[in-house]
Amino acid sequence: MSVRPLSSRALRVAIGLTALGLALSACSSSETPAADPSSSTSSSADAGTPVDGGDLTFAIGNDPISVNPAGIGSGNDTLYVTRQIVDSLTWQDPSDGSLKPWLATTWEANADQTEFTFTLRDGVTFSDGTPFTAASVKANFDDAVAAGAKSSAAASFIGYKETTVVDDHTVKVTFSTPNAAFPQATSSVALGFLADSTLKLPFDDRASGTGVIGTGPFVLDHYTKDTETVLTASDGYAWGPADRKGAGAPHLAKVTFQVAPEASVRTGSLTSGQVQAIGGVQPTDIETLQGAGLELVSRANPGIPFGLTFNESSDIGKDPAVREAISLAVNPTEIRDTALSEGFKVAVGPLASTTPGVADESSHLVTDPAKAANVLEADGWAKGSDGIYAKGGKKLAPTLAWITNFSPNQTSVELIQSELKAVGIDVQLWSGAVPDFQAKLADGSFDLVWGNLSRADGDVLRTQYSTTATNFYRIDDPTLEDLLTKQLATGDVTERNALLAQAQERLVTQHHVIPVHELTTYLGLSKKAHGIELGADSRLDQLTTAWVD
Amino acid sequence: MTRYLARRLLLALGVLWAAYTVTFLILFALPGDPVSIMYGGDSSDITPEQLDALRAQYGLDQPLPVQYVTQLGHALQGDLGNSVVNGQPVTRLIADALPPTAQIAGSALVLAILVGGGLAVVATATRSRRLSGFLLSLPPLGVAIPSFWFGLTLVQWFSFEIPLFPALGNQGFASVVLPAITLALPTSALIAQMLSRSLLHTLREPYVDTALAKGAGRTRVHLRHALRNAALPALTVTGLVIGGLLSGAVVTETVFSRAGLGRLTATSVAAQDIPVVQGVVLVAATVYVLVNLLIDIIYPLLDPRIVTGARRRVAPPTTPTARPASVPAPDRVAVPAGGSR
Repeated sequence: MSVRPLSSRALRVAIGLTALGLALSACSSSETPAADPSSSTSSSADAGTPVDGGDLTFAIGNDPISVNPAGIGSGNDTLYVTRQIVDSLTWQDPSDGSLKPWLATTWEANADQTEFTFTLRDGVTFSDGTPFTAASVKANFDDAVAAGAKSSAAASFIGYKETTVVDDHTVKVTFSTPNAAFPQATSSVALGFLADSTLKLPFDDRASGTGVIGTGPFVLDHYTKDTETVLTASDGYAWGPADRKGAGAPHLAKVTFQVAPEASVRTGSLTSGQVQAIGGVQPTDIETLQGAGLELVSRANPGIPFGLTFNESSDIGKDPAVREAISLAVNPTEIRDTALSEGFKVAVGPLASTTPGVADESSHLVTDPAKAANVLEADGWAKGSDGIYAKGGKKLAPTLAWITNFSPNQTSVELIQSELKAVGIDVQLWSGAVPDFQAKLADGSFDLVWGNLSRADGDVLRTQYSTTATNFYRIDDPTLEDLLTKQLATGDVTERNALLAQAQERLVTQHHVIPVHELTTYLGLSKKAHGIELGADSRLDQLTTAWVD
Repeated sequence: MTRYLARRLLLALGVLWAAYTVTFLILFALPGDPVSIMYGGDSSDITPEQLDALRAQYGLDQPLPVQYVTQLGHALQGDLGNSVVNGQPVTRLIADALPPTAQIAGSALVLAILVGGGLAVVATATRSRRLSGFLLSLPPLGVAIPSFWFGLTLVQWFSFEIPLFPALGNQGFASVVLPAITLALPTSALIAQMLSRSLLHTLREPYVDTALAKGAGRTRVHLRHALRNAALPALTVTGLVIGGLLSGAVVTETVFSRAGLGRLTATSVAAQDIPVVQGVVLVAATVYVLVNLLIDIIYPLLDPRIVTGARRRVAPPTTPTARPASVPAPDRVAVPAGGSR
């Protein structure tokens, strides 16, 4: 569906309401679900004592496609479901992005970040009753590597040598190259643990969910494609991360993830009480939901915020002056105010504000159209009769590739187009289906690309901008490359963050990227649902704290 | 009759093969292959070797003609391959998706024939010019209303405002009602438009006057004499309508959050899950071909001239001009029964 532009009054109302919603959800995520007198509207924060035994229906926009936790499903919606079934070695704390013990009580790495030793928690069992041991960890990691690209865990195991069972409660994972991002990767759903009987099934067969057994707080009852995934509580669950509020057995007896592809149908189902929670709330629906007095749980996504990245193999992208001029001409605040609401932050740098290791680079993110023109003229560009800069007979008309994976994108890129036009740069917008877009990135026939990428670790900078990874942007910057490689070999968090901070500064001062706005994930809750929270990756956390009246 | 049938059957098989081949070629012409699409965004750390291994596993590394022949061979044995997204057999995905779609499409078809047919009969039988004019203005409206909007409106009224029917999922009969109405709307409009024009034309035929002159009642003449003859072009449209129902299922199942062939099509096209898309096209083509085969069998029962007069130019029972402009499909309607065979 197309984006409905909000009137300025509606926008202001939306901004106010969203700010209120943010404040409320901030309360709900920082308070225990006990009474909170400061909260004036009904939210999970003031709803009293959890009720045991409720059933929750949660509407999601996409069919999970695969309920194999390591399978390639449909992204967030798949992970909302599979997160409930499996536990991980570590838990990433949404409050600060730090790693906390979960199935691993402690972990340490060797100096060059190639060996990771995990000490495992005692008394953890899979829902079929078999114990979770060091052998389980080895079996799961070996299985992920054997599955190769079919496993969404594969990217975390680049350079994997082996997992060694030291004793029943100790495992050592060895890599041939440094992988300082590995401990964070162990917190992901993809590296969650499945029982031996599940691992015996061929990888593809696990997609249907039959025989998929984990240690998580919920057990898969059934998955019906394009309809629903039903989970039931796992009775003896007692090994949630101690730092999370709900570490014990869940309050809910049953969770149904109902597929509802149409955003307006999800919204209507929530307001009419047919479901108690919805995911994939569209920015245009935020106002509707708040108007209906419903609570929104929101969190800015970690990773790379929405913005522009240059293709530095193109004539336009390889010219630093042009990159600088375009950076100066883009006005992120104006874009955020027009395309979105205040619930979406203006980007502070190449990483979103919820990413561990984020550095505030906003002092380098300057909007100055007059200076943009000066920079171009100093670089030998001259305005033609049509008001567009040209040099050597070639017009400054970069191609900007984008897709509608986020509904406000069209407004954002069209605004960028007009902002640049005002300076004298004639942006050509290009859009297409996902496959065409991927092909365009791969063959490099673009100058600028609009997009984002969610991931809760600063290593996302390396996977995006290093020439040794996918290398869609072909950035020729040895200093940057060196920083990106070094951070992956640095285990000390402070030291690693310092390297990441330098990389972030380099990315904006060299104008490799132009960060614009962050993505915020919104969940809508009915007045009956409480304690539903988003994790450090801004995806649904395990529903151990949730209950319904 | 046997020759006639054998010919239709052979043609049907030809259509199926063509559908399979054209889909294969079109899907192959799309940029990117399923493997690189799946690993486009989030998992950018996959090594090229791992991707190649996966391509080899799915046979995507083979030259195009080899892939075509291998897949066609498997398809002939009833193996449509596996989804590249989740590894499930395509035949199972389709087998699971067919019943819910058949449920709403079947209900919609019955509804459309009753409503569309009824409207046409009443509109042509009534002596009130005002009623007739009103009724005849409805079908163009029905064709013009976007089913996406119509479906959302139904959900809004009869599920969110007045909780009569569930908005989501496949929950028994109650959840069939709104989708069936949504699907039936354009279909019934098409049938009504076709049948009313055809009826109006037939009612002007001399034999109608003859029947009336011989003392037959208006109702009898209308229903027995005229309707039977007027039904032939409408029957042809019904064949096309089945195709329309299948494509309409994409929108309807999305709006009503129902599993089925439409959703399977939408999701597999989005993911460029080539084996699934190809399987869906093949199934849709099969349904289409079977329905038309069935109609070809029914034709001679309604009008024996179709078989006996195969080589003679026979005046069609009604003129082909009755085809509404909105019928998007192959020009079967315009071929008067027996005309060119």
